[in-house]
Amino acid sequence: MEPVISLTKVAADLGGRPVLRGVDLTVHPGQVVALLGANGSGKSTAVRAAVGQVPVTAGELTLFGSPVRRFRDWARVGYVPQRSTAAGGVPATVREVVSAGRLARRRLRPLGRADRAAVDRALALVGLADRARDSVNALSGGQRQRVWIARAPTGEPDLLIRDEPLAGVDLASQRVLAATLRAQRDAGVAGLLGLHELGPLEPLVDRAVILSHGRVERTVEHPAQLPESHACHPADADEPSAEPTLQTGIL
Amino acid sequence: MFEVLDYPFMQRALLAALLIGVAAPAVGIYLVQRRQALMGDGIGHVALTGVALGFLLSTNPVWMAVAVSAVGAVAMELLRSSGRARGDIALAMLFYGGMAGGVMIINLAPGGSTANLTSYLWGSVTTVSPSDIAAIGWLSAFVLLVSLGLRRQLFAVCQDEEFARVTGLPVRTLNLLLAVTAAATVTIAMRVVGLLLVSALMVIPVVAAQQATRSFALTLALSVIIGVLVSVSGTVTSFYADVPPGATIVLFALGLFVLISLLALPLARHRARRAAAGANRAGHEPALASRP
Repeated sequence: MEPVISLTKVAADLGGRPVLRGVDLTVHPGQVVALLGANGSGKSTAVRAAVGQVPVTAGELTLFGSPVRRFRDWARVGYVPQRSTAAGGVPATVREVVSAGRLARRRLRPLGRADRAAVDRALALVGLADRARDSVNALSGGQRQRVWIARAPTGEPDLLIRDEPLAGVDLASQRVLAATLRAQRDAGVAGLLGLHELGPLEPLVDRAVILSHGRVERTVEHPAQLPESHACHPADADEPSAEPTLQTGIL
Repeated sequence: MFEVLDYPFMQRALLAALLIGVAAPAVGIYLVQRRQALMGDGIGHVALTGVALGFLLSTNPVWMAVAVSAVGAVAMELLRSSGRARGDIALAMLFYGGMAGGVMIINLAPGGSTANLTSYLWGSVTTVSPSDIAAIGWLSAFVLLVSLGLRRQLFAVCQDEEFARVTGLPVRTLNLLLAVTAAATVTIAMRVVGLLLVSALMVIPVVAAQQATRSFALTLALSVIIGVLVSVSGTVTSFYADVPPGATIVLFALGLFVLISLLALPLARHRARRAAAGANRAGHEPALASRP
């Protein structure tokens, strides 16, 4: 079967500095792949390259079989950026922000009843149905992250790409995040997750790819089945994480 | 009471004020959302070059201003999106270039002097000609078609550009369209409000509205209502009190902003309390601590 994402010897620069130096990675339909690495390992760049937001300087990157530069079927991809680049100059409700995800299907046409129903489902999925009419500015950091999470699957994609979904997220929102990921995986949606560490998502990950200095250091199949629970924790001992290690074990 | 409507020039000025009152906040809301509230000012300065060019070439200054300010707005957008120049620096260049270009060109025009520009700089109710009204009408129709018809798409682009690109929206086209729409709005408003105060009508109604709202749709609706209210009442007041319309409109808008801010204070406190209660509820959800 055709892979949903395929990276072959992909290289990419950020501001003239090489960040990816030949990364190979494949995600098959229905698979959830975690891209692990310390800060500066290139995982965020790899994730952003996969959605066409960082140009690939060498190698080949395909989405659903077509090169990312020519890929147009963006409705098949749901994306949750690391820290949302959202600008808050004007108030917007939770529902308004989540509805933007539906534009992947509607593009320039107005939204209809089916779109509203999809937005309702996404809001219920992340437990924000009762906050739909509240301003996003009134939410806590973790709740806001849930808004960005809800926004991605409203377009009913075949592939979800999330960058650092656990960063700065409270316990309740981590649980919601894991639950939505499980629901999506059970529905056959593939996933690519950029993660600092597997944490509570470990049981959901089919393969962990560990990046170091822009290269794949190693690949671990089914990390949850390994006897050593931290078998694929990235080697970042020389760089203490600023984020506390949350071992919630909620799954 | 309605003697103001007996004068054809006032009928035109009021019609122009009405169209400005709707169009300016409807476009301005996207600029405010993207924290580019001063972009309208930059375009206004560039439009001055267009007005002067109109005098020099003896064509209608309104259409010439549209053309030149659209080029300026597109240049500003390309500089912003390419990341080659910081937004505020790109804006500063346009401010100075537009102003200097306007003054230089008007002095080159036969018999022209900076006095010709005064009514464009500060606005005037007596100068809206029938041909201006035709231009204002067409431009308003275009501005409203874009800013209301594509409101969800423009909202998505201005709220989170990277996400919008990954949903497959034509982000670059929408950004350029917004820039051209903003340029059209500035030229609609310049006859009555004046180029130096144009941006106020794109920004203040939006900022005033958002003191009391929590959704984008309601902010849009309320800011258009405020825009129409202040531009029409300001124009009427300017007729009776014999004061410049632009300054009157802007001071009315600022007055409404202060009024709404004061009225919204208790509302904001109530909402903050409610949000705090909501956050507490979420924080106390039981965490399942044991691993299965």
